[in-house]
Amino acid sequence: MQGTEIILGIETSCDETSAAVVQGGRKILANVISSQVDLHAEYGGVVPELASRRHVELITPVVRAALREADLSFSDINAVAVTCGPGLVGALLVGLSYAKGVALARGLPLLGVHHTAAHIYANLLATPDLEPPFLSLVVSGGHTSLVLMRDHGAYELLGRTVDDAAGEALDKVARALGLGYPGGPAIEKLARSGDPEALQLPRAVVRDHPLDFSFSGVKTAVLNHLNRMRQRGEEVNKADVAASLQRAVVDALTERALAAARSTGSKKIALAGGVAANRELRTRLKEQAACKGIEVIVPPAILCTDNAAMVACAGYYYLKRGFTAPYTLNAVANLPL
Amino acid sequence: MRLKSSSVTETEKIGAALGALAFAGMVVVLSGELGAGKTAFSRGVARGLGVRGPVTSPTFTLINEYTGRLPLYHFDVYRLNDPVELADLGYEEYLEDEGVCLIEWGDLVQEWLPKEHLKVQLKGQGDTRTLTFTAQGQRYEKLIKELKARVDSGPGDSHARS
Repeated sequence: MQGTEIILGIETSCDETSAAVVQGGRKILANVISSQVDLHAEYGGVVPELASRRHVELITPVVRAALREADLSFSDINAVAVTCGPGLVGALLVGLSYAKGVALARGLPLLGVHHTAAHIYANLLATPDLEPPFLSLVVSGGHTSLVLMRDHGAYELLGRTVDDAAGEALDKVARALGLGYPGGPAIEKLARSGDPEALQLPRAVVRDHPLDFSFSGVKTAVLNHLNRMRQRGEEVNKADVAASLQRAVVDALTERALAAARSTGSKKIALAGGVAANRELRTRLKEQAACKGIEVIVPPAILCTDNAAMVACAGYYYLKRGFTAPYTLNAVANLPL
Repeated sequence: MRLKSSSVTETEKIGAALGALAFAGMVVVLSGELGAGKTAFSRGVARGLGVRGPVTSPTFTLINEYTGRLPLYHFDVYRLNDPVELADLGYEEYLEDEGVCLIEWGDLVQEWLPKEHLKVQLKGQGDTRTLTFTAQGQRYEKLIKELKARVDSGPGDSHARS
C-alpha cells in the first residue's frame, strides 16, 4: 500500500535551484524550479544567471515557495531528500547543507540521492503504476547513461558516454551553426525541414564496451564539414546538418537502448533527462521498441529537466527501504551511481 | 614548443606524457576551437595521472573532478557569462589546492589565471593538429623541456587506454 509520508526534495547540483514537496512518492504537491518562476520579487533583485553562489541566495525563497504552493509548513514534512552528487561541489553543498539544517532542526530523516537516479525516478512520478525493474536511458546536456534499475536504490550502470553527452553534441553543433545556447531544441526545430541522410556521419562504437556512447567523433565530423564548406565558399544547408546530426545521435541512443533491453530482458525503457524531450528520439525509440514488444515511457518535459520532485520521489522510496543518510553526508562531485 | 598530432589517440598520448610529468598545483590552460581536441588532450593528462574510467567533457558540468596520483580538476569556462562567476564557482580553492587544474577555454578568463601556468593551443583541420605549448614562468619552461624529451623518446612510456 502506498504511504502518505511527505518528503521535501532539494536539488542544486548544477544550474537550477529547486525544491519540491511530494506525498507518498507519487503525488507532487509542489515543484519549484528557480529558472521557471519569478523569484525576483522575493529575492529583491536580478537573479544572477549562473553561479554557485546564486544557489545560496535562492535556496531559502525556493523552499519557501514550494511549501507555500503545497500549503504546508516544515512541521508537515516527514523527511528531507537531497541530491548529494555528482555535480559542482560548491553548488551541491548549498542544497545539502540546507537539507541537513532542516533535518537536524526538525529531527527528520535525511536521504541522499544520486542525480542520475533522481532523473530515473521522474518516471515514477509520471507513470503511477511503474515499479522497478526497468531499463532507463538518461540523456541530457551533461549526462548520457543506460541504467538498469533493478529495485529501489539498486542500479546497474550498463553504459555511459566516454566523451561528450548527447545533449552536448547537439548544443555544440548548434553553437557552430549560430543557433545559440541551449541548442538542442533549436537543432530539433531546424531538423524538421532537413534531410537526415544528407550527411554521412560516423556512428562511433566504443571498443569492448558495446553499450557505451561516444558523441565527440560525430560532433567533430560535423564541425569539419562546416569548415570545409566555409573554405570552399559553399553555402551550408543548416537544416540538413541539423537533421543528419540529430539522426546520428538518436540512432546511437536508440540502438544502444534496444541492445541493453535485449541483453537484460527488459520490457520497459524509461527515458529521462532533458534530451528525453526530443521528439525524434521519443518517436524513433517508441517505433523500434514497439516492434520488439518493449514499452517506452517518457515523463513530461518539466520532470525531464533538473527538478526536486524527482529527488523527493526517490527519497520516499529510500525512506521506505531504510536507506537514510547520516547527518555527516557529504557532497561528492564525481559520485558513482 | 610545437608538437604534431595526426589523430585523437596521438593527442591523448601527448596529454598522457604531460600527465605523467604533472606536479601539485600545475595549471594548464587549453585553447582551440570546438572539436580541436581539448577534452581528448585532457583525457590523456588524466590517464597520465593514473585516472581510470571515462573522462568526459566538462562543458555542461563546468568542473569535473578526478582522483589520480594527484587530484585533477577539469574546467570548461565557455559557459560563463562573466569571469567574475569563476569566483562563485570557488575557483580559487581549486587553484590553491594541491591538484592539477586543466582549464578549457581558459583564454576567456585570462586575468583570473595565476601568473605562472602552461598554455596549450590546439589548431588544425581534419585529423591533424598542431599543439603549441607556451610557458608562463620558469617552472613551466622546465616542464616543456621535460615534455619534449619525453615525447621525443618515442611511444611506449605512456599507455592512454582506459
